[in-house]
Amino acid sequence: MSDRIEKTIELKAPVSRVWRALTDHHEFGTWFRVRLDGPFVPGQVSRGQITYPGYEQVQWEAVVQKMEPERLFSFTWHPYAIDPNQDYSGEPPTLAEFTLQSIPMGTLLRVVESGFDRLPSNRRLEAFRMNDSGWSQQILNVERHVGQAP
Amino acid sequence: MSDKRHSRLDAPRTPASVFAALGDETRLSVLTKLCNGVPQSISRLTAGTNLSRQAVTKHLRVLTNAGVVRSLRVGRESLFELEPQPIEEVRDYLDQISKQWDDALARLKAHVEE
Repeated sequence: MSDRIEKTIELKAPVSRVWRALTDHHEFGTWFRVRLDGPFVPGQVSRGQITYPGYEQVQWEAVVQKMEPERLFSFTWHPYAIDPNQDYSGEPPTLAEFTLQSIPMGTLLRVVESGFDRLPSNRRLEAFRMNDSGWSQQILNVERHVGQAP
Repeated sequence: MSDKRHSRLDAPRTPASVFAALGDETRLSVLTKLCNGVPQSISRLTAGTNLSRQAVTKHLRVLTNAGVVRSLRVGRESLFELEPQPIEEVRDYLDQISKQWDDALARLKAHVEE
């Protein structure tokens, strides 16, 4: 299993604008859907409340790692830590890194989340447990697709 | 760990067989019960459901053949436990997180380009 997720996206906005959207905690909260208690500070824990519909009871917690202006923003966290009754603090976190690069149309943003292979296997299956019917529907779709293949 | 991989290699496993095994609500519910990582007996897997012991046995056989569950012999009893690797191979977990990032980045794009 791959240890990382990588995404790149081209944004029609200057690097300075994207940097602000990533690192100003109010702006970050707008698109990430979390209400943060305070600004991001490297080395410090960031806390808040998820505002994503259906997950409002979930706490957001991350540790800000690097803030290199207009270049790199990173934090560690526990992905899919959505069970309020479970303590995830003993688990190895994953690292999310946002890298910004200036391009003619604006900004090339690269997101890498890594470290999944260090999570306990039952946690890797948590999405499966949390979203039983959705997942089974997805599997059915795949099965149908596989069934149609020559 | 190498000995633990033994029992699921009895039948040839293909992605299609994993998908077929998982493409059933009842089998998914059985798998869900095994998600806590504790090996369980057929009686325990049957308890609290409206399934017969025979039905659970049949579903466990399909899951075992697909390699997502393996059986352990403990005394006279067979216990069943989840074998997560094939399910990892269909990459559900990463796909969902990947999708979350896609959604978040789409919102970021709308946010900075407005």
